[in-house]
Amino acid sequence: MKSSDQKPNQGDSRRDFLKKSSVITAIALTPGVAVKAAESNADERFAQLFEKIPLKLTVNNKAYQTTVEPRVTLLDYLREELHLTGTKKGCDHGQCGACTVHVDGQRVNSCLSLAVMNEGKKITTIEGLANGDTLHPMQAAFIKHDGFQCGYCTPGQIMSAVACVREGHTGSRAEISEYMSGNICRCGAYPNIVDAIIEVKEGGETV
Amino acid sequence: MINFQYLRTTTAKSAIALLVKDKNAKFLAGGTNLIDLMKRGVTAPEKLIDINHVPLKQIELIGNKIHIGALASNSAVADHALIKEKLPLLSWALQAGASAQLRNVATVGGNMMQRTRCGYFYDTEMPCNKRQPGTGCGAMEGFNRMHAIFGTSEKCIAVHPSDMCVALTALDAEVVVANAKGERKLSFKDFHRLAGDTPQLDNNLKADEMIIRLEIPVNNLAKNYHYLKVRDRASYAFALVSVAVAFELSNNKITDIRLAMGGVAHKPWRLTASENFLKGKEATLSNFEQAAQLAMKDAKGFGGNDFKLKLAPNTIIEALNLAKSKA
Repeated sequence: MKSSDQKPNQGDSRRDFLKKSSVITAIALTPGVAVKAAESNADERFAQLFEKIPLKLTVNNKAYQTTVEPRVTLLDYLREELHLTGTKKGCDHGQCGACTVHVDGQRVNSCLSLAVMNEGKKITTIEGLANGDTLHPMQAAFIKHDGFQCGYCTPGQIMSAVACVREGHTGSRAEISEYMSGNICRCGAYPNIVDAIIEVKEGGETV
Repeated sequence: MINFQYLRTTTAKSAIALLVKDKNAKFLAGGTNLIDLMKRGVTAPEKLIDINHVPLKQIELIGNKIHIGALASNSAVADHALIKEKLPLLSWALQAGASAQLRNVATVGGNMMQRTRCGYFYDTEMPCNKRQPGTGCGAMEGFNRMHAIFGTSEKCIAVHPSDMCVALTALDAEVVVANAKGERKLSFKDFHRLAGDTPQLDNNLKADEMIIRLEIPVNNLAKNYHYLKVRDRASYAFALVSVAVAFELSNNKITDIRLAMGGVAHKPWRLTASENFLKGKEATLSNFEQAAQLAMKDAKGFGGNDFKLKLAPNTIIEALNLAKSKA
């Protein structure tokens, strides 16, 4: 076997490769009892654990109709089901803000919301912010002011920053810091993030 | 997270009916505390009853009381013109709590029902009389920097972390709760419990009851007020100590006053002795200092939180000064 045969497809991105390999791993790790129950449809009690709830919601102006397990968070639904991986999982406990999305226009931690709680809601993620190839003013301002280093918290920071401007909590640097305190940046880009928010606010564009 | 059955309802009546059917069922409102606890395996309800569609989001003035529905969000209450005008202390306290994201979904009723807790309650590897009665308290001789100095029990020294509840305790709020038979009203200061011998219970809501609304009397305390929260970072952290104060001044004499503290007990802590001392007295530093000393009468440290014995009276004095200097 040539060594190149063992490499993932050249056309695959690292993320696609990870997705494929984790699906294979998940199948491999499924307990025998689950496979057996699924095959025979015999164990109703077991099947009930996987009972899915119908869910209709809109994400980035696209309507989705699906079924989902009650325990799936909005964050996991966006990332694992819709493959909108722009929304990040940081702490997964509402402490870091990396998972911030807009639900009916309000910023929320998607890690602490069950997907099923969002029936009929309109969700906007970082992927829904730009207008085609034109960046949202807040995205452009983050680039201009270097509002990030590693970038992991950035989607959450930007979603939160847009909401902060819409809410009108941008009266001073101190007020911006206070109202952005739910978004942690371990690279410490805070002053630049505040600069970006001030620029967008002073730009006066409707965000 | 262990899976569960999910039900949704649109009326308080059906919510209560669903609740009483199953003792392992819980209401789900904003979910910001409950879902977190479920993820960590601290609690595992078999059934969640989503009450977010029950119409209890009103914020309105009825007679001389402001009614706030149990499902009004923390941010809706904090930003409401009526609250800012008539009960600014409540608005301030709410804005001192959590983050903007959490306040958008966390509800008034949920804020009251969040667990009184500490790190040992969250860590399922550690003993905790609140999580698992009878296993002991890890905090008593462990890391207890955040813990209670008032009304402590040998079983539990965790504190209730809410800011909103400290303001509501000070403002003489009342809580309207309902079961299948009807409603009852209790004083906000009697809603939460001290740990005593039953640290697993945080409050006096019965298993078949649902919080319906708050009723808060309109007062003359909207001018000289302050909510001072001392914490490890400037924002988005639980209080080490917080003080809610509001008073009415007439010729520098205090004619009415409310004082309550957070971060110091298993429930929001009303400072009745200090209030009684200050009533009718001049708003002077010396009187504020004496009131603060009175508040500390039965305080007790556990090692890591001994600093609160100094921090608490200093915070009371500072909050009183800041309230006085408000134009």
